[in-house]
This record gives sequence, C-alpha cells and structure tokens, in this order.
Amino acid sequence: MSAVTSPMTTPVASPDKSPEHHYLNHSSGFLSWALTLDHKRIGMMYLAGILFSFFLGGVFALAIRIHLWNPNLDPEAAWLSNATYNRVFTLHGAIMVFLFIIPSIPAALGNFLLPIMLGTKDVAFPRLNLGSFYLWITGLLFFTFTLFSSGIDTGWTFYTPYSIESKSAVEAATLGVFILGFSSIFTGLNFIVTINTMRPPGMSWFKMPLFLWAVYATSIIQVLATPVLGITVLLLALERFIGIGIFDPALNGDPVTFQHFFWFYSHPAVYIMILPAMGIISELMSVHSHKGIFGYRMIAYSSIAIALFGFLVWGHHMFTSGMADVTTIVFSALTFTVSIPSAIKVFNWLGTMYQGTVALNTPMIYALAFIFLFTIGGLTGLFLGALSTDMHLHDTYFVVAHFHYVMMGGTLVAFLGGLFHWWPKMTGKMFNDTAGIFSAAIVFVGFNLTFLPQFVLGTRGMPRRYASYVQEFQQLHQLSTIGAMTLGFGLLVAGLVLLHSLFYGKKAPMNPWGGATLEWECSSPPPHDNFSSPPAVGDPYDFTTVEYDGKTGSYFKKKK
Amino acid sequence: MNSAILADISEGFWFPPAASTFAKQVDFLYYAILWISIVFFIPIVIAMIYFMVKFRQRPGYKGSPEALHNTPLEITWTVVPSFIAIWIFWEGAVGYLNMAIVPDDTVDVAVYASKWVWNFKYKENGAESPVLYLPVDKDIKLTMQSKDVLHSFFVPAFRAKRDVVPGRYHYLWFHPTKEGEFDVFCTEYCGDNHSTMITKVRVLSEEAYKLKLAELAKEPEDIVERGKWLYERRSCKGCHYAGTEGAKGPGPSYNGSWGKKVPLANGTEVTFDDNYVKDSILNPSIAARKGYETASAMPSYKGQLKDEQIDALIAFIKSLESTPGSSK
Repeated sequence: MSAVTSPMTTPVASPDKSPEHHYLNHSSGFLSWALTLDHKRIGMMYLAGILFSFFLGGVFALAIRIHLWNPNLDPEAAWLSNATYNRVFTLHGAIMVFLFIIPSIPAALGNFLLPIMLGTKDVAFPRLNLGSFYLWITGLLFFTFTLFSSGIDTGWTFYTPYSIESKSAVEAATLGVFILGFSSIFTGLNFIVTINTMRPPGMSWFKMPLFLWAVYATSIIQVLATPVLGITVLLLALERFIGIGIFDPALNGDPVTFQHFFWFYSHPAVYIMILPAMGIISELMSVHSHKGIFGYRMIAYSSIAIALFGFLVWGHHMFTSGMADVTTIVFSALTFTVSIPSAIKVFNWLGTMYQGTVALNTPMIYALAFIFLFTIGGLTGLFLGALSTDMHLHDTYFVVAHFHYVMMGGTLVAFLGGLFHWWPKMTGKMFNDTAGIFSAAIVFVGFNLTFLPQFVLGTRGMPRRYASYVQEFQQLHQLSTIGAMTLGFGLLVAGLVLLHSLFYGKKAPMNPWGGATLEWECSSPPPHDNFSSPPAVGDPYDFTTVEYDGKTGSYFKKKK
Repeated sequence: MNSAILADISEGFWFPPAASTFAKQVDFLYYAILWISIVFFIPIVIAMIYFMVKFRQRPGYKGSPEALHNTPLEITWTVVPSFIAIWIFWEGAVGYLNMAIVPDDTVDVAVYASKWVWNFKYKENGAESPVLYLPVDKDIKLTMQSKDVLHSFFVPAFRAKRDVVPGRYHYLWFHPTKEGEFDVFCTEYCGDNHSTMITKVRVLSEEAYKLKLAELAKEPEDIVERGKWLYERRSCKGCHYAGTEGAKGPGPSYNGSWGKKVPLANGTEVTFDDNYVKDSILNPSIAARKGYETASAMPSYKGQLKDEQIDALIAFIKSLESTPGSSK
C-alpha cells in the first residue's frame, strides 16, 4: 500500500547512531508527525491528546471535591460561586466523556494495536485515520474556546429547555461534540473495514484476539449511534439560533424528546466506553496468567450481545421523566438483560486465573483492581435498573458513584492497565514494576475512598450537581474529598512511573510478558512497517509454546 | 407518632427517616439487592485473592493451561443470575406501579416549580406557601408544573421523586406516615441556583393542618409584609437576595440599593426607585443590570402581578433600605 509512506518522510538510515530502526526514529521533524499516516504515530498523538484532556478533566474533578469540603450554605462565603461550580462540573463531565473516555482506548491503544494484532502494516484507510485525529483536535479547540469564553453550564447532557436559554457557550460546545462525533464515526468505520477485510490468512473470526472483538463491537456502536448524537446537538444548536420549536415547550416543542434523542446515543456510548476496557482485561488476564482465556466464545459473544442490547435500554436514564408506565417497565426489563453478559465476563476472567501461572505485575494488578471495581459498578446498577429503588436513587449521588465505578473504576483502570501492558511495546522502554504496583495500590484505595461514601450519600438523599448541601452530609463529603486527593496522587505516581521509564527505563524486549498475540512478535518498539514478513497466525491464547528466555528477558514462541 | 414501632427502619446507616408508605417497599428491595450483591461480591473477591496466591508465578511452579472451558459451570453462572435479575425486575416493577397509580380520594396540592423556588397551592382553600404542609396518614396527590425549565420534586424521607416538565402536568402521590419536617430537593439540574432549590415539607396532624391552611389563606394586611409575602411566593426569592447587603445571587440583591445609581447592561445609569423597580418587573430585558449578562434572563411578570401587588413589592424592597447589612 502506497498510502503507508508519509509524504514528508525520509527514512533515517544511520546505523551508527541508532542501530535499531523503528517507527519512532523512522523519520524526524514536526511534519513527520503532524502529517504521518502511520497508525502507531497517530495512536501516540491521540495518547498525548487524551492524557492532556484527562489531566484537564481531572483538575476540574479535584476543584469539585475541594469545593464540596464545606456545605457552602452561604453561597457568598463559598470558594466557587454557584454559577462557577455549575461550569466546573459541566466541563468535568463533558471533557471526561467526549474528549477522554470515548476516544481513550479505541483511538489511542486501538489505533496502535489493531493493525499489529492483525499482522498488517496499517489500518484500511490511513488518511481517514489522520483525518479523525484532526477532527478530534478541532473538537478539543471548540471546548478550549468554550473554556475561555463564558464556559458551559448545562451539564454534559445538555438537557432542554435549560440548554436553550442558557447564556453560556452552548453553541461552541455542541459543535465541538458534533465534530468529535465524526472523529468517532470515522475511527469506527476504519476499524470495521480493517477487521473485515485485512485479517491475515488463518485468522478466522474465532482466532481473533478478544481485544479486537471488543474494538469491533465498539466500532459498530460508534458507527450506528453517533449520528443520532450529531443530529441531536445540531437540532439543539438550531433551536438556539432560530427557534425551530422541536424541544422548547415555549414553541410547542417537547423537552423530553431531547432526552430520548440524547440517550439513544449516550446509552450505547456507555458501551463504547466499557467494551474496549473489557477487551483489555481479557488480554491482560490471559497473558499475565499465562493461560488461555476461559470461555473464549462466551466472551466474544457477550461483547456483541452487550453492543446490541445496549441500543434498547436508553430509557433507563429517564424513569422519573414521565414516560408511560408500560414504556418504563419495558425499559427496566430490557436493562436487566445487559447485566447478564457483564456478569458472564467477570466469571470468565476469574476462570482464566484458575490453574494459571499468575504474574502479579503492574498491568495484572490494574486488571484485578478493575474486576473488583467493575463488579461493584455492575452490582450497584441493579439498584438503578429496578424501578421502585430507582425512584428514590435517580439523580442522587448513588448514580454518580455507580457510573464512576463503571467508567472510572472500569474504563480508566483498564486503560491504565492496558497502557502499562503495552507501554514496553509502544515506547520500547520497561517501567519500574514495583513503583507501578505502588501506583495501582494508591489508585485503588483512593478510588474506593472517593466513591464508596457517595453510595451512602445518594441513598440518604443527596442530589447530584449541587454546589451546596445540608449539614448532615458533610462528613461523607469530606471522606470523598480525601479519597479524591489520594486518587489524584496515585494517578500522579502512575504518570511519573511512565515518564521515568522514558528516560531511565531498560530497553524492552520483544515479548516481556509472554503474550501469544501478534503484537508480541515484532520488536519493541515496532518497526515502521510492523513486520518484515507476514507473521504466522496461530491461536492467540495458546500459551503452551510460549517460553521464557532468561538471557534476553523475553518470551518467545517455540517452533512446533 | 408511631416512630417507636418503626424505629428499626426509621433512620439507619443507609436511609433517611422512613416517613411514607413507599419507604417500606423501596427499603425492602434495596436491602434485598444489597444482600444479593454481597452474596455475589464476597465469593468473587475471595476467589480472586485465592487464585492470586495459589496460582502465583513462582520458581518451581507451573500452572496447567487445560481449564479453558466448562459448559455446566458456564450455563450455571448464566442461568442463576438471570433468575435473580428477573426477580429484582419484578419486585421493582410491582413497587413502581404502586407509586405510579394515583388512588382516589386524595388531598390535592398544586406544585409550581420555577427557578429556583417551590410554591405550593392548596386545593382546599386556595392558600399558598413556599413550604409544603401536609396532613399525616392521608393520600396526597401533587399536580406539578414548571414555569421555566426541568425540575424534579424529591422527598428522600418519602422515597418519592418525579420530574417537573414545562408544558405538561406531572402527578406524584404518596402517603405520609409520620409527623415531622423533611427535606424537599430539586434533583433535575435547573441552572445557577439549582442547589438552593430546597424547601421543607411539614407533615402535621389533621387539626394542625386545618389551622395552618386557614392561617396561610390570609394575605398580610400591612403593605410591606404583603410585599415580603409575595417575594417569597412569586419566585423573586430564587434569584434576588433580600439578606446581606451586596450579596450577589443570580440576580442583583435588593438590599441597600434603594435610591442609589445603578449601572445598566446598555451602558447607562439609572436611579433605583419606584419606576425602575416597576420597569424591572414588567419589562426585565430593558432594565437588565450590568454584570449579569451571563445570568439567566428574568421572565416578564406582565399580567401575572396586579398593580396593587407590584406596589406591595416596591414597598417591601424600599423597606430593606433602612436595614443595611442585617439579614432579613
């Protein structure tokens, strides 16, 4: 494929300076990155971008928790005014959802790994891939503009009619979301085509690594659901500009229609966030247990089942919104169907450890933390899926804690686990494993301290999105704030461990963990073309032939 | 009060006081799911820790890569959770229908939600109040409407919640079982002062409720008192503070402004007097103050307040001038 060669590249062939040729030193200069068509470089640029977004969203999160240290019963004496607080929590949510979690795993790790796991040179449409990245950057610019104009105070959900009359920069934010949506659609399209058409000979669907199954299921949702978000925010922008009367009750519109439109995307989006995380965990559990995944087919099918059921449950965000009783009950019933495939996955991951050879290193510790936290997140979903309890818990801190357990305890922790797991492959450097485990431990403790008290707060009636609260909630809020500081510190340590490895890390071997998927059969970091000759495709979870070589510190595949 | 009988479930670690008939079913299902969750969670964590220790990588140990599949086990852990999920759904749906179907013979109260105050109007005698008064042991039906954006009426002690949507009537019923005072929260984000859209519900005995309603029906005679009465019931209080001088709410504070020059958004200055206050109430967009450009726009009260009521409001605002710095 001619498209793979970047237009501005001149291959660096100086064997005396850098004896090994890989994608990082393949060419140099700003344009060699900015105009690259190499999926690995695009993946790395995404990684830098989303980590920046995560930092930004994290700063807002800490601002929220610091503000809530006090009940702020006198808004005058509070650290943030109510209007500022509303902007802070909106930006926290919008940045984390649209700029961080949705693109995090598919766009950063997915871009880097998908072609290598398929043993190919690149994705099907490398130029479209670069285009997706620049759309993402444009979306980021729109949000940055929002940040420096009048902010955005509608909540990340943009519920009408408040979002129609709000005087904050709703247009900029909605256009940003619209553009980010296209970035997401193009990435999904690219991945679907790549997986359908570019699998190497011998890699049938059920010989595919589970990470690819998860990315495939995610891509289907991205392509099918994101256009609905696009049209919804576009209608909202039109409503603001020319008052077309779709959502505004003052113009005979219906605000609840907006909620249906919005959640028709945003509920499947929850699975855009969690499915790739589940894919990572499947890889991590198997590789670090040095044992094939338990119930491969069940995990693969459950990814697809979650993707499909995920389209049918959006109404569970609206149980109190005044839908017809029958509709409400049907949505509750459908919601419970999603819980089963998620439970199956947890059992299968545990089964994978059974009789394995479990290496307790940083990626594995993150993966185990994921299982703990995701299980809590999933089980607390039962309280919200059941109608009578949801009447009490809806829009309280219980919901906040629940989705943070799934989104942050789930997706973020899996993302970190995956980042540590593939870091040696991506950068060619080994990190300090002890320090990495230390970061995982602090993140785990900090996370639980932040969000466990919020379950109690929610059950006791604390509504979400409140800048102030009644006195009796203060102790639990303070516990949560202490937890958030701990969590922030843990994440800082994780970042420092990775940063440290870039400068002082040992050189990473080809296959440091003993994985059997194809990405471990090219050097670390991979060469520009990934593989000099197409690798032989085998069972991605056959560890019987993978053996450790003490001399190189690397695993290798024994020739049969 | 029968709190002694219900003491065991009235206020625990998890729940606020249980003060309506919904509390029993909601709390029962909540604790049931909590125990089901614990029964699932503990073995998962124990298995995880056991496997971490037992099968850890160590010199001289090599695991067996055999156990990759076990159909009976996989069917079990699919089917058993499915039945449990069906039971939880069923219990939740039955409880929900009980909450959704409004009984006959209710005590009716109209609820008006607006940014950022609640106002309650009693069907029995047309009285109004910013705090909700209810008789104990009666079925209550709220007919709720919003004047502006989405709100949501939530009483944790009653386990009752319903969104209030502009352009529609939404109904909520419940049956208070305990006398006392409980929090009312707005739980649907509604803009700047969402977090102050809090009031109380006071559940009274039948006689006390009757007395209270008769008392509420009387508008105060004194013009300043009547202005304050209107200030609390016509949404002014949601944005404009009458307390501390210079306190900046979503809208300008009244206190200490009377007679002073105030800057307008259009660049001019105007004296804060009777005419300015009247303009602000009837035509808020042209009287908008400088420094409030990003605040929510105030709606016009044209046709909603009588001249006599505007006079009363002016008298109330003017009265604040003489007590700068003091809280109301």
